[in-house]
Amino acid sequence: MATAQSRRLARWMSMPAIIVLLLWMVVPLAMTLYFSFRRYNLNYPDRQGWAGWNNYYYFLTDPAFAAAFQNTLVLVIGVLIITVVGGILLALLLDQPFWGQGIVRVLVIAPFFVMPTVSALVWKNMFMNPVNGLFAHAAQAVGLQPIDFLGHHPLSSIVGIVAWAWLPFATLILLTALQSLDREQIEASEMDGAGFGARFFYIILPHMTRSITVVILIQTIFLLGIYAEILVTTNGGPGTQSMNLPYLIAVTTTQQDVGGAAAGGVIAIILANIVAIFLMRMIGKNLES
Amino acid sequence: MARAVTPQRKATVTVLAWVVGLVIFFPILWTVLLSFKTEADAIGTPWHVLASSWTTEAYATVQQRSDYLHHFWNSVILSLGSTVIGLIIGIPSAWAMAFVPGKRTKDVLMWMLSTKMMPATGVLVPIYLIGIKTGLLDTRTGLVIVLTLINLPIIIWMLYTYFKEIPGEILEAARMDGASLWNEIRYVLTPMAIPGIASTLLLNVILSWNEAFWTLRLTTTNAAPLTAFIASYSSPEGLFFAKLSAASTLAIAPILILGWFSQKQLVRGLTFGAVK
Repeated sequence: MATAQSRRLARWMSMPAIIVLLLWMVVPLAMTLYFSFRRYNLNYPDRQGWAGWNNYYYFLTDPAFAAAFQNTLVLVIGVLIITVVGGILLALLLDQPFWGQGIVRVLVIAPFFVMPTVSALVWKNMFMNPVNGLFAHAAQAVGLQPIDFLGHHPLSSIVGIVAWAWLPFATLILLTALQSLDREQIEASEMDGAGFGARFFYIILPHMTRSITVVILIQTIFLLGIYAEILVTTNGGPGTQSMNLPYLIAVTTTQQDVGGAAAGGVIAIILANIVAIFLMRMIGKNLES
Repeated sequence: MARAVTPQRKATVTVLAWVVGLVIFFPILWTVLLSFKTEADAIGTPWHVLASSWTTEAYATVQQRSDYLHHFWNSVILSLGSTVIGLIIGIPSAWAMAFVPGKRTKDVLMWMLSTKMMPATGVLVPIYLIGIKTGLLDTRTGLVIVLTLINLPIIIWMLYTYFKEIPGEILEAARMDGASLWNEIRYVLTPMAIPGIASTLLLNVILSWNEAFWTLRLTTTNAAPLTAFIASYSSPEGLFFAKLSAASTLAIAPILILGWFSQKQLVRGLTFGAVK
């Protein structure tokens, strides 16, 4: 269909995007790999040399790494469970006919548009503050001792804050999937006497499987990179209780330890790629159809 | 054929849905409410907060104290700048891949997507060092470049899925009528592509506005957008709930409004067309 001329033109049109993305991918990646094997601290720029696997060794054996790795998993899995289960329930609810559908939808989606630093600080101060927060006021009103959420349960509190921000995303996508479900199929099953449970597990859930997978994969990519929420709430503390991998790498960078941070970066890239491979396959399949 | 719904059932669902919706929205609502209170009233019990008088004091303080407008402009420049540059680079590319697909188009698309999977922390060190060497650290230029690059894959993917939906027959008809490639683009494709481009623009402005890794790591004051400005409230100083609320309200209001317009595009953009 396309002529040779238009093909040539098309190739030129794609070039700028391909070149800048190639540079963006190759240059930093090569530098990260290079520095991860170098002894290089910005505080002592004259002491440089090859470090072999030392940077990896120190990064991986640092007790903070074990904590950060575990916290990263808890954060990702915790938020995924809350948002996927919550998202399914919310999608089922919002799919029903009711008055004010449009407005409720808008209310539910809103948290997604709140920038991470705002949502984290709002929850930290106006809600979780053990003296003046709303939860503290509520606890006092019923005669309970207010809980110091971020002081005593830092990781769970951060899971809660992040889940609030991501629940709309899961809901919106699962609702979109639900709305593409064939109504007649549901009606037929109702006429055959299928209860809600049977309908949910045999028709609705299988229909949503693909969307649920997409939600899980995309959220995982973003959740592996959570940083701002931790920075403004706990700074990774107390101790390393709420330190995740991105935060640990950022801290290592702040200490001017280029080699160590680069080694951490390579580890983060490997982790993210394990997830990415699955996501890419899903999307690739879609491209063919 | 619509399912018959009893009025009782509809009423129950309505109440339930509104309660859930308001609970989820409540933190935002409460923040806006507190922003119109004095500092002393803002830390009171909820009943006290509701009963106390209203004031715009906090908004005045925020502007005076920390030059809110400077950071607001940075946010505007960074999000619009990176989106517009991204569109300039992305439109021709998505266009070519959608309308003149070659053997490797699919591979190129998948590869572009893979660059988005690279964790920011993985390349923080080199970007930071390049920033120091080139003097682009804490400049708007430097940040616009980074934001453009991280969003370019999403821009191209979104545009691609939109362009794909433009029927090819129209192009063939135009060609048979002897339209040159330029005229084909100008009179046939552009009008049909505008909605897709607008949606892509909207979603990317939102994503860049809220981006909170690079904007926090690569700026101190000069180029710091609202994400970084708000982060400066993380160390409490005296009474500051009203100030924090006012600053937060100002930071999220523009994007909430844009966001409500782009609900549908959000799904497509963030799932790379995997869910429409």
